Amino acid sequence: MPDVTITVNGKREVRSVETRTLLVHFLREQLRLTGTHVGCDTSQCGACVVHLDGRSVKSCAILAVQANGSEITTIEGIGTEEQLHPMQEAFREHHALQCGFCTPGMIMRAIDLAIRHSEADETTVRRELEGNLCRCTGYQNIVAAILAGAVAMRPHV
Amino acid sequence: MYQFQYHRPKNLAEALDLLAQDGDAKLLAGGQTLLPTLRQRLAAPSALVDLAGISELTGISTKGELLSIGAMTRYIEIIESPLVQATLPSLARAVALVGDPLVRNRGTIGGSLANNDPTADLTAAALAMHATFVTDRRSISADEFFVDLFETALEQGEILVRIEFPLPDRAAYVKFRNPASRYALVGVFVAEVHGDIRVAVTGAKAKVFREHAFEAALQTEFSAKAVKGLDVGTTGLIDDLHASAEYRANLISVLTRRAISAAMIGSHRGA
Repeated sequence: MPDVTITVNGKREVRSVETRTLLVHFLREQLRLTGTHVGCDTSQCGACVVHLDGRSVKSCAILAVQANGSEITTIEGIGTEEQLHPMQEAFREHHALQCGFCTPGMIMRAIDLAIRHSEADETTVRRELEGNLCRCTGYQNIVAAILAGAVAMRPHV
Repeated sequence: MYQFQYHRPKNLAEALDLLAQDGDAKLLAGGQTLLPTLRQRLAAPSALVDLAGISELTGISTKGELLSIGAMTRYIEIIESPLVQATLPSLARAVALVGDPLVRNRGTIGGSLANNDPTADLTAAALAMHATFVTDRRSISADEFFVDLFETALEQGEILVRIEFPLPDRAAYVKFRNPASRYALVGVFVAEVHGDIRVAVTGAKAKVFREHAFEAALQTEFSAKAVKGLDVGTTGLIDDLHASAEYRANLISVLTRRAISAAMIGSHRGA
């Protein structure tokens, strides 16, 4: 089995993996970072979104060996229980979830979206959220949370 | 997923060697189609040759009246490229309609074109703009490249290096999406390149094709009116649970007219 070196949430991890191990399974089963979810079997739902070298990606459509040498951020790496990330805080404030299963992927996508579109309006948010499925909420509060979270994330001048 | 060997060659020569040594090896580009396919156990390659580390396959540049895009260039890089936005905005806009944003952060233009999915978007862009496919050994014109369902003119062991787009005088892509899959139910790319008008249709047949009757009418007069009433027929059109052949035929006409209007509003270079 090949060794991979992947920096996850700032910590360098060196592990042996099967070539066929998906990044999401590497995170969940080898590193026990179970905040990243597996919501489907077809790479359509976005529950497994993490940041790979700063871009939001589906960790179920990447092999761990492909991520060798890269930097990964998961939902566990963005805030603490005492100090939530502004986007997490916005999701709580706006009650942007019901069952919560899609939430880690939603938040990781939302952070990337907010960084790239800091002035995002509702249309942009809905378009940029096309890769994330929620089967409970109807998206209304998720969109409201992301709009608020994006404002909170703007660098203060 | 079945077991496979994994290789990450550092350059094109190494990748070609790996392919020559193992006839059952497959190339891995962005993996946004291949990995879900492997997960479903719909394919069992002996090895994956990951092209991600090969700098010869990346980069966007202009050479005179050509825009050259490396096969391993990711969708997001094309969308965000100031050079593409300035020289070929219609392509940047078509790329922004591929898949979803997460797919666009990983997927590559070469991976999509070499896969030749009948409902892909960029096959229509390449065919309408008469792109040239440059491989490790030759150049293939878009008219020759797309052979059949998921089949291209690429030979065993051949690697797509870059795609060269002639800059069109005007161009536009209009897509009617299947709302569930986001693939094109029908997509039409209209382009005028050096006075030559081409209409490429995706999603409607086993492979992307040109609607020659529309092209001839547009050659006489470039307007939506020129193709109104021209019957595309239903021969060879996909007829499935998503849409009947008649529905697709109608979409081809409607979307072509919309693409013409969009290309006319946008002035230079299909803006």
